[in-house]
Amino acid sequence: MPEPKQPEKLIDDKGIRIDGRRLDQLRPIKLEVGILDKADGSAYIEQGKNKILVGVYGPREAHPKHIALPDRAVLRCRYRMAPFSVDERKNPAPSRREMELSKVIRESLESVVLTDLYPRTTIDVFIEVLQSDGGSRCAGITAASLALADAGIPMRELVAACAVGKIQGHMALDLSDAEDKYGEADLPVAWVPNANLVTLLQMDGILTTSEFEKGLTMALDACKTIHGMQQEALKKKYLVIKEVAEEREETEVVA
Amino acid sequence: MSFTPQLPPVAKLEQKTVIDLVANGKRIDDRTADSYRPLQIQVGLIEKANGSAQVYLGKSKVLVGVKVETGTPFPDTPDEGVLTVNAELGPLASPLFETGPPSEQAIELARVIDRGIRESKAVDMKSLVLLKGKKVQVVFVDIYILDHDGNLIDAASIGALAALASAKLLKAELKGDEVVYKPGLHPLPLNNHPVAVTFAKVGKTIVVDPVLEEEQVMNARLTVTIEKNGNICAMQKGGLSGFTQDELKTIVHLAVQKAAENRAKILAAAKG
Repeated sequence: MPEPKQPEKLIDDKGIRIDGRRLDQLRPIKLEVGILDKADGSAYIEQGKNKILVGVYGPREAHPKHIALPDRAVLRCRYRMAPFSVDERKNPAPSRREMELSKVIRESLESVVLTDLYPRTTIDVFIEVLQSDGGSRCAGITAASLALADAGIPMRELVAACAVGKIQGHMALDLSDAEDKYGEADLPVAWVPNANLVTLLQMDGILTTSEFEKGLTMALDACKTIHGMQQEALKKKYLVIKEVAEEREETEVVA
Repeated sequence: MSFTPQLPPVAKLEQKTVIDLVANGKRIDDRTADSYRPLQIQVGLIEKANGSAQVYLGKSKVLVGVKVETGTPFPDTPDEGVLTVNAELGPLASPLFETGPPSEQAIELARVIDRGIRESKAVDMKSLVLLKGKKVQVVFVDIYILDHDGNLIDAASIGALAALASAKLLKAELKGDEVVYKPGLHPLPLNNHPVAVTFAKVGKTIVVDPVLEEEQVMNARLTVTIEKNGNICAMQKGGLSGFTQDELKTIVHLAVQKAAENRAKILAAAKG
């Protein structure tokens, strides 16, 4: 697919962005939990045109054995982009960008997983970006923490993530592909709400310190919203299961 | 795939010593929370490189070489030169490093330095074009870690800026299809001077320029790269835990101050 042309303006005179959003507005987000059959836990996220699938296995025996830790589980994480996920085909070999993102995503999740309950094992998180549209590492983290919960892995809480950026001199929430490419800065953030910790923070572009502070506040507010959506997505799956189980119990009693 | 690293065993007593000292406003090497270790920069040690710098940050030692060669531009930026940053964390620098393909730590280090230089537009990429879309000059920044005693990111960032600022190259011109070099060296055109400043959270305290013992017990790490006008041009958080919003605000403001101090030292050293 040819790359879309650079838009003349990223924000129009009324302060509306190319996809019709205000500066502080998220893209539509769809979350689903438990959609893979074989993985121990899974989740799917759509955020704008992002389509990301996450599968989780574990705790399971460490392979190779030498990576195992005596006092805790090893968290392993792979962020990967499908060759067809971007305008120009991506080489399927792991890129330096993917290796770096796998590391920072793992570090954003480490503090919420109760790894000390499962020494000598691994907990594996596979993030597959099927279509990418800016902010895929953040969407990946949002879905990964749902998939970990779906796998029944004990966690302190869910991690929510969202990026902010600067376009045409204004701080804007949740940049799309074009805004990321032609904008002035990108600031992905992951947040653990109850511990009040920012566990992923990266930045590229140019920001003044006050723009950074404003952007961080915007990102954390958005993370709160996303955190609520994550809880709803989990309830949606598990409340249905609970209802089915209760119905079955009732019929068994009658029989 | 990225996995939880196995940190070298540090005796519980030593861990406790490092954490307790920081909690009481002291540090294992007698510094205050907001001070750097002694910084020493030498440029031009490698005659065959266009630019080079050796940096001692306390006992951490990094050598950075800059080479400029002709090559082809990327198709999406036909009117710009190419910048490549690579880092080698060789086994001579630390028993923690192994031979083999670059580790994720090496990739992260190189990419953080790259981001600082690229996003601040430090190297004048337009001036590196010889023939638009066909021939450009490629700037290679190669970071060699020689001794690892903590905070390699800042040592590498300081070395990269010193090496770039002191780099000299021959004037290249295109005659027909061939690149010809004119005699006489001129400096590599630099428009900005990004400096990385790294903080570690040890216990509940934030310290700048963590030494290895502090890195081994820290909860999290944050690098903030500041360009010459005092704006942020790159950030990278590392480590297993995180920072509160208030901690981040404090860090960013301190980074601006520390970067200015280090920048003055780097540019003075690069002038020779």
